Amino acid sequence: MSRPGTLTWFAHHEARLAWRDWLAMMTAGRRRRVRTVAIALIIFVTFMHFVAYSMVGRFAGVGLDADKATLVAISGSLLLAWSLMLSQAMETVTRAFYSRSDLDLILSSPATAQTVFAVRIATMAISVALMAALLAAPFVNVLAVLGGPRWLCAYGVVAAMGLAAAACAVALTVALFRVIGPKRTRFVAQIVAAVIGAAFVIGLQIGAILSYGNLSRTDILGSDKVVALAPDVGSVVYLPAVAVLGDATALAGVLTVGLILLGLAIVIFSQRFGDHAIAAAGVAAVTRQHRSASFRPATPKRALRQKEWTLLTRDPWLVSQTLMQILYLLPPAFLLWRSYGEGTGALLVLVPVLVMAAGQLAGGLAWLAISGEDAPDLVATAPVPAGQIVRAKVEAVMGGIAIVFLPFIAALALLSPYHAVVCAIGVLIAAGSATQIQLWFRAQAKRTQFRRRQVSSRMATFAEAFSSITWAGTAVLAAAGTWLALPTGVIAVAILIGARVLSPHSPDGRSRRPRLRFRSAPAT
Amino acid sequence: MSTPQPQWALELRGLTKRFDRPAVDGLDLTVRAGEFYALLGPNGAGKTTTLRMVVGLLRPDAGSISVLGHDALADPVAAKQVMAWISDEPMIYDKLTPFEYLEFVAGLWGIDAAVAEARANDLLGWLGLGDDAHHRCEGFSKGMRQKVALAGALVHDPRLIILDEPLTGLDAASARQVKTVLRERVAAGGAVIMTTHILEVAERMADRIGVIAGGRLIAQGTLDELHGQTGKGAATLEETFLTLIADEAAAA
Repeated sequence: MSRPGTLTWFAHHEARLAWRDWLAMMTAGRRRRVRTVAIALIIFVTFMHFVAYSMVGRFAGVGLDADKATLVAISGSLLLAWSLMLSQAMETVTRAFYSRSDLDLILSSPATAQTVFAVRIATMAISVALMAALLAAPFVNVLAVLGGPRWLCAYGVVAAMGLAAAACAVALTVALFRVIGPKRTRFVAQIVAAVIGAAFVIGLQIGAILSYGNLSRTDILGSDKVVALAPDVGSVVYLPAVAVLGDATALAGVLTVGLILLGLAIVIFSQRFGDHAIAAAGVAAVTRQHRSASFRPATPKRALRQKEWTLLTRDPWLVSQTLMQILYLLPPAFLLWRSYGEGTGALLVLVPVLVMAAGQLAGGLAWLAISGEDAPDLVATAPVPAGQIVRAKVEAVMGGIAIVFLPFIAALALLSPYHAVVCAIGVLIAAGSATQIQLWFRAQAKRTQFRRRQVSSRMATFAEAFSSITWAGTAVLAAAGTWLALPTGVIAVAILIGARVLSPHSPDGRSRRPRLRFRSAPAT
Repeated sequence: MSTPQPQWALELRGLTKRFDRPAVDGLDLTVRAGEFYALLGPNGAGKTTTLRMVVGLLRPDAGSISVLGHDALADPVAAKQVMAWISDEPMIYDKLTPFEYLEFVAGLWGIDAAVAEARANDLLGWLGLGDDAHHRCEGFSKGMRQKVALAGALVHDPRLIILDEPLTGLDAASARQVKTVLRERVAAGGAVIMTTHILEVAERMADRIGVIAGGRLIAQGTLDELHGQTGKGAATLEETFLTLIADEAAAA
């Protein structure tokens, strides 16, 4: 064991916390679940290897003598992955500033803030790199098995990208702190993270729409125009791509760049990181709202709906998540605009995108409104029947969905009323299903736990995702006018029935298992 | 012809709740209108469980609860209409301002907007929250949050106020304000039932005191009556309370 207060001692402390945090996230804090989670992970990883095989298996033979088009495609994919890593790293850095957890203890201790934050920045970099490596693992493994161990160099590239992403995220967040101050940084950093995560994908999709009239990212990356504009083979731009293909020298170069960037971030920012963390604590969140003129007459249901909408619009995590969803809807919107007067063929692709997005957004909104009730006792002790409370919350969720999706459906209706009707029904059913799943799996939590809402029930998360996907599939098949929509719809309904059977709540809202009560836990 | 007023603001008969063990065990308890009742007991005695059953947050296994003549189990909405619940953890929303919070509570209780707004402004001013009425609660101290929760509990003018350790974390001035407003409510004919570990508060404020242990009421009465029940000539409520608990533990 290293001496307390030293760099290695803090590194050991951080590693232990990170491991337990990850384990708790996977097992929802239930130790008995470890074996189940391990088995589920093995099954999932095996499945992902098959998926990876179907996607990249045919590229295993690509060698170091790859042509320009291949290098462009690999570089584009790496840039896409890096933008997502940067987005995740920014979110992690922002959280490190603002969620107090152990910061009060550490900053009030005689340990130097520089040591503490040097370790913390390094831990963030490692966690981003590890997460990326885990996601890339099935693809890299498949390529290594089929094309030789040289493909394992891709792990090194992913690690270097993680380090660079964390370094850039720290620099960006500190820059935001200095430019706009701690109060605004909290919100803006989340928006920037969302935009960074979505920007590259959206850019590629808009490019594809302009060039090919579809949403395919791969088409644009492989297009002659892009390849012609890209630098020639041998350019330093392709260093990461060449490293992925197994060039040891290129890998050493990429790793060196990653380590230097992270080292610089630690040296330059670790001291300021502490200062900014203290500044963030001093924000005290005194936010003055525009003064309401007077109380508005309201029934209990209206008061509940109004409260939910007010809280939803003031929730920074939700705003960034919703913004991300809306950003991803920009390419379909652009396609919609481009398709005006050009027939309805391209519109088919919009239907599943909108239905899927509605299901996902409704799941988040429903969790916040139903499970993330910060004053459950107040609502439960109000003279309002429980059914009315649930209905008001569901109405608040569906109202939010309507605000986001109605403009798209209205625009679609101008081009093709049939597609618009199918899309509207799909959006309604997908959003309703996601909301219903949240009702079945509700578990009392704080709104601040939104980011980790999946932890409370993996079953709910999977049910919500599969429900949205199958309803999107049903909608696109219905929009195409094929009877195949029927069996897909039956599968979607079966998923809902399965979720209902496995859920801890009966239809009347009563908990079947005391562990997951809607109301507060008993106390004496 | 006027409606006959119920004899009790709160009447519990044979109230029972079991978790792993009996938390509340056939409890009989009554609180009159215009009475301040303090419910005391050691940790785990069943105080909070009792109050949570009264306000509808827990379903009893057996027994009855009557709130100002309303059967709280058969007609919970009517019972909730006339009572308010304040716990030691303030039930407020960080992203709402006190003004918005009171507007929401008034809406939940179906109070006329103009009446509620006048009350809200009075309460906010009186509790010293006037300057912060339009600031979000997320930056508030524990004491300020508790005051917002108290204002929320009073904005619908309840006739029975149920409080679980309401003075936890309050500074002396805030605690005094809370005590004053509760006494005023009692003087106006309202009823208050409160749990507290601060025996001095119960000693000075309560008209009657109930001592609960193992889910059962082991002693009840005015301060003098409680002193008399120990038979040991105790001078303070602390001595009396500890004697009662020790006697109960010895008998168990």
